[in-house]
Amino acid sequence: MALTRRDFIKQAAAVSAAGAISMKIPASAMAQAQETEKGWKWDKSVCRFCGTGCGLMLATRNDKIVAVKGDPAAPVNRGLNCIKGYFNAKIMYGKDRLTQPLLRVNAQGEFDKQGKFKPVSWDKAFDVMAAKFKEAYGELGPTGIGVFGSGQYTIHEGYAMSKLVKGGFRSNNLDPNARHCMASAVVGFIQTFGIDEPSGNYDDIEYTDTAVMWGANMAEMHPILWSRITDRKLSNPDRVKLINLTTYTNRCSNLADMEIIFKPQTDLAIWNYIANEIVYNRPETMDKEFIEQNTVFTTGHTDLGYGMRQDKNNPKYAAIELDTMNKQFSKVLSEAEGKTLAYLGYKAGDTMEMKHTAPGDCFAHWTIGFEEFKKGLEPYTLDFVAELSKGDPDESLDDYKVKLQALADHYLEKDRKVVSYWTMGMNQHTRGSWVNEQAYMVHLLLGKQAEPGNGAFSLTGQPSACGTAREVGTFAHRLPADLIVANPKHREFSEKIWKLPAKTLNGKPGSHYTKLLRDIEDGKIKWAWVQVCNPWQNTANANHWIKAAREMDNFIVVSDGYPTISAKVADLILPSAMIFEKWGAYGNAERRTQHWKQQVTPVGDAMPDIWQAFEFAKRITLKEVWGEQKINDKLTLPDVLADAQAMGYSPDDTLFDVLFNNEDAHKYTWPDPIGEGSLNTLAEGDKRKVAGFEGYGFFVHKYLWEEYRKFGVGHMHDLADFDTYHKVRGLKWPVVDGKETEWRFNAEYDSYVAKKAPGQKFAFYGPAAKALLAGDLKGPHKGDKVKYDNKAKIFFRPYMDPPEMPDKTYPFWLVTGRVLEHWHTGTMTMRVPELYRAVPEAVCFMNPDDAAEQGFTDGDAIWIESRRGRVKVHIELRGRNTMPKGTVMVPFFDERVLINKVCLDATCPISKETDYKKCAVKVTRA
Amino acid sequence: MTSLRTNRYLIARRLVQTAVMVLLIGGNLWGWTVLRGNLSSSVVLGTVPLADPFAVIQLLAAGGLLATDVLIGAAITLAFYALLGGRVFCSWVCPMNMVTDLANRLGRRFKTGTGSRRVFGRSARYFILGLALVLSAIMGVAAFEAISPIGMLQRGLVFGMGAGWLAVTAVFLFDLLIQRNGFCGHVCPLGAFYALVGRTALVRIDHDHEKCTSCMDCLKVCPENQILELVGQASGSVLDGVCTNCGRCIEVCPDAALSFSHRKHAMSLESGGS
Amino acid sequence: MAAGKGIDRRGFLSRLTAAAVGGVVWGGFVTEGKSAALVLRPPGALPEKVFLGKCIKCGICVEACPYDTLFLAGPGTDAPTGTPRLLPRDVPCYLCTDIPCTAECPTGALDVSLVSDDGGRTLDVNKTRIGLAVMDYENCIAAWGLRCDACYRACPLLDKAITIEHTRNERTGRHAVLLPKVHPDACTGCGLCERACVVEKAAIFVLPLEVALGRVGNSYVKGWEEGDESRIDGTTGPADELDSHPLDYLNSGDLQDD
Repeated sequence: MALTRRDFIKQAAAVSAAGAISMKIPASAMAQAQETEKGWKWDKSVCRFCGTGCGLMLATRNDKIVAVKGDPAAPVNRGLNCIKGYFNAKIMYGKDRLTQPLLRVNAQGEFDKQGKFKPVSWDKAFDVMAAKFKEAYGELGPTGIGVFGSGQYTIHEGYAMSKLVKGGFRSNNLDPNARHCMASAVVGFIQTFGIDEPSGNYDDIEYTDTAVMWGANMAEMHPILWSRITDRKLSNPDRVKLINLTTYTNRCSNLADMEIIFKPQTDLAIWNYIANEIVYNRPETMDKEFIEQNTVFTTGHTDLGYGMRQDKNNPKYAAIELDTMNKQFSKVLSEAEGKTLAYLGYKAGDTMEMKHTAPGDCFAHWTIGFEEFKKGLEPYTLDFVAELSKGDPDESLDDYKVKLQALADHYLEKDRKVVSYWTMGMNQHTRGSWVNEQAYMVHLLLGKQAEPGNGAFSLTGQPSACGTAREVGTFAHRLPADLIVANPKHREFSEKIWKLPAKTLNGKPGSHYTKLLRDIEDGKIKWAWVQVCNPWQNTANANHWIKAAREMDNFIVVSDGYPTISAKVADLILPSAMIFEKWGAYGNAERRTQHWKQQVTPVGDAMPDIWQAFEFAKRITLKEVWGEQKINDKLTLPDVLADAQAMGYSPDDTLFDVLFNNEDAHKYTWPDPIGEGSLNTLAEGDKRKVAGFEGYGFFVHKYLWEEYRKFGVGHMHDLADFDTYHKVRGLKWPVVDGKETEWRFNAEYDSYVAKKAPGQKFAFYGPAAKALLAGDLKGPHKGDKVKYDNKAKIFFRPYMDPPEMPDKTYPFWLVTGRVLEHWHTGTMTMRVPELYRAVPEAVCFMNPDDAAEQGFTDGDAIWIESRRGRVKVHIELRGRNTMPKGTVMVPFFDERVLINKVCLDATCPISKETDYKKCAVKVTRA
Repeated sequence: MTSLRTNRYLIARRLVQTAVMVLLIGGNLWGWTVLRGNLSSSVVLGTVPLADPFAVIQLLAAGGLLATDVLIGAAITLAFYALLGGRVFCSWVCPMNMVTDLANRLGRRFKTGTGSRRVFGRSARYFILGLALVLSAIMGVAAFEAISPIGMLQRGLVFGMGAGWLAVTAVFLFDLLIQRNGFCGHVCPLGAFYALVGRTALVRIDHDHEKCTSCMDCLKVCPENQILELVGQASGSVLDGVCTNCGRCIEVCPDAALSFSHRKHAMSLESGGS
Repeated sequence: MAAGKGIDRRGFLSRLTAAAVGGVVWGGFVTEGKSAALVLRPPGALPEKVFLGKCIKCGICVEACPYDTLFLAGPGTDAPTGTPRLLPRDVPCYLCTDIPCTAECPTGALDVSLVSDDGGRTLDVNKTRIGLAVMDYENCIAAWGLRCDACYRACPLLDKAITIEHTRNERTGRHAVLLPKVHPDACTGCGLCERACVVEKAAIFVLPLEVALGRVGNSYVKGWEEGDESRIDGTTGPADELDSHPLDYLNSGDLQDD
């Protein structure tokens, strides 16, 4: 079955021909943006929801979205949608859409933290917001403010906010909700390949023989991709195999050839079992040439803690919470860990002191050589791993072993193509970065990576987790195009593009999403701005954050289209324009960037987030932020005002003038032929003249895009120019000479390979973290770092327990997640009547035997309670998810079932991504 | 005080009627367990079943093989009314009584509903009763229950009226404008059924001829005044089953010539008279 | 009765006529209210005709329902007034395992033995047959190829009462159609699917079994299915009596043209 290059080209041609012919797109649909009957105007856009990135066509009439259709020309979905996509036309028209700024005020109409929300003018809103910003900034400096960003920001929004916060405020406290979603995947990519995002693309589905889901409920969370996987299965049912690894039976199991129910966290052990099978039992399956040429074996520290708070005995935490939180400092090793960490000299019952919890130590890794790598894998025999990982108490160990063996067989089988898919199951994990790396470990050992139909593929949850959060780098430690704030060269490069005085940028990474909330609780952040996300519903351990927001001295601004839990705890609410009310772009999970135009005028007085950022920036002058700023005892940012003056800026210039309203920006004039016939609120204002606004007079989005893309062009992150994206159905970056890249790191498809490593078939050319010390499993040796250009790393990572596991008092695992019908915290989908009716409330899925033991019957209301909090929820003993004994599952979309009050805010210590899939709870009758 | 005294039974009846309905409504809306269901069939304190014996007989006529619960319930109800006076249901429990009483009071004041052409005679109800059973048997459903305005009213009060108001209004207007005491006193087969049941009841109205001054106030208020023929003529019990034991005649009698009593005189009179 | 004595013959006749007319009108009214072929009854309801002969309209089932699924039909609706029913699009039946509505019915109009294998001692809510979910594939967006199957995921007996049929989407060439399919042998008619359906008027909806199902008759048995004979147990085969005589045909008419 090996696909020769010739076969492949033939096949690819056939596929694209099928695309052109068998799709039977009506001629009318092929023409773009034409006026049609009934005064409708159709234009292309992108689905607002998941990371799949389905193309849409939207019909507008009388300045309202009247209908939507799947874009038949979009390669991802070819005209299809899931039911969330089906309702894109309705999401902006919920009855309780926010249409004016709302401020908590007292009887006199002045801001009062204890006041009730009352409508205020935009001017008043920004004035109070700026005064509060200056208070917090004056008192605490750049770390005293924070911005909660989003993987649902448009690329332009993320870029503008990154520039404003990092370049303007000199703060790195900007972090997106994508931290909760795929930060572990990012670490996996950066550490393994030196560059972020998958090497493959969705067409892997059509080329592969085996799709293995590792904690990816694609049937519900990536509905359109699942229909592609289903089609692949149907195309050759005997050859194509689907394997579903999961902690409970979900809808993927419906079609899967094999379902493996494993115990939470033991995916770490299962990957190592497959590797053990490869290196110990069937070394001939290793692609030795590939390994030799393209990889290097590495490992890192294990005593990293679990990303929990570093302060002991915090008075805001009850003793019962500290049970778990103290594992951040030390942990008594379990029987299993006694085996898996034996290579470090530990045995069961030993106490592991967490000595490498600092971010640098967590990230550190070094080369170990194959023999050490092999030694690390020794404990992961079939017997050991089966015993450890079997997740369904009702399944026999022998049956389970047969399945594990079969799983390994599918990976190892020569000529069998395999794609491993994962989403939150592996990313939301206290060892999420590790388990991502383990996926690459297996694929790299077998040489099944970066080829059509072969590879480990991280699926993203959000529509622009890749495009905005990752590529723009709206993370607390990142800058655009994989640059990082900690690297002085990267800062210098960015300062040049942004035309900032040297040393304006802050080199100390800011607080990650969860830490932003912890900082608010600690009084270290007193001003926060929430954009396109819902931190008070989506972040684990929510009771603490709600209390901190309402009871402490701080000022929280929430920009949203609808009143969320976060808006409810805020002090100022700004009504935001929603997706089709502005120009924008998203980047999906296969590196595809897709742009759209503004389709309608925003409702009420709602305004785009970029406008909000600009208007706010108008109220901050250089002298207020570019003087000397103390970050901590070691780091003080220099006064750059003199340099700024030398660059022609005045201390009284506003950040808006310097960062956005500059000469470069005004080169992008409006009107522009690409926007002919389209609304452009930012450039020319709109019919409403909200707050007297009549437009900035330049093509804001084009300017932001063209400036942003300077970061990546020529640096392996090439994006096409603005206009091109408005003519095509998205392009997969890097876009070199107008050509997108289908499979990265593979010379046949990726032009960068020839540039970086001429003559090689593969080059894992990502530049990050390529200089490594040598060492062994126990640690790095002293010496000089060696550069491993163009190599991918094969990591050895051991199995370790999560910090909280079921015990006598809290006997159940709690897993949280989503349902197909609702998006994230339900802000939009719960307001679509049809979707609300389809799934009106979050229920707790439970095993019927567990329920019987507790005396519950289906539909009973129960309390789910952890050491941190409890929620009332109805139980569901049948239906879409079937739980093994000992595990319960609750989706997080329903604010009335605020399950994050129960969840533990432990994170992967490297990626800082919260583990929403594991904590211990008890259940009692409500 | 006098008005309280002269309305004591009326007040007591309204209290009982209201209490029964409130308990039933509470059973539906707030989960009270004192009385769940409605007047057709209910459960007291989650254990004792009660049922409308006439409805049960219609169902049996319709061919329904009923569960024992409802049969026991009907038997209990039947025994209760057989002892207390069948049409005690009509004046003390049935919520339609409040509607028709109001219509009749207004009718007396405005002198309506007494046109010379009477639509129904007093015995029409027995025909209707018979017809209900025949139709039930033919149609295979409880025929009166299918159209009963009482059912619509009492179910409506507990479970929501819907278009049931129309039927209730129709009864009210019929009594007010067309025929005074028309529904309860002439048409209602349920009343007719209880009239038959009540023929042997122990609690009866007693008339003391010695005290009577023949003012005939009692006849003015009695919804079934044809049964008070003995007033001004002889002492004795009101034996006709159609008497609802409402006590209105006792209240209005200025001479205390009427009172509740057990069947004593009745026994003698009946044994002598029939 | 005393009242009857004085009635003369004419009066009696006119009363009888009145009674007859009244009876016809009344009967017509009852018939009207009885023709409720499309009404869904609570779990354990006997066949509609028998049910109506037993239901006393007490509403105890309505009160027993913890989900406010059931309600008593109001006068002038498409169901006999006062009888319990459900409209799944508004509130479906959540299939309580203890089936309180059925268990508490005082008359047996809701019969526990219909939702039990042992005459009602232990209840099995999956035997509930409120009706059968029927699909309108023309207006089912899953049949268009969209990823919906909301009804499937809403089904409390998913993979039994509703399964997904996977077929290839020839138009796109790379997607599959995931089509929900209802199985009458397992469908309880609870209507959770009907409620979940995301199109404007549900494309999957519950109909009473008598309406939703056809009937094959008794003169053919599936040769390939063991035990299918039992389906026609107790039947007597086609009618014995022939009602026309061949001679009638043979001797009638003339085949020749004029």
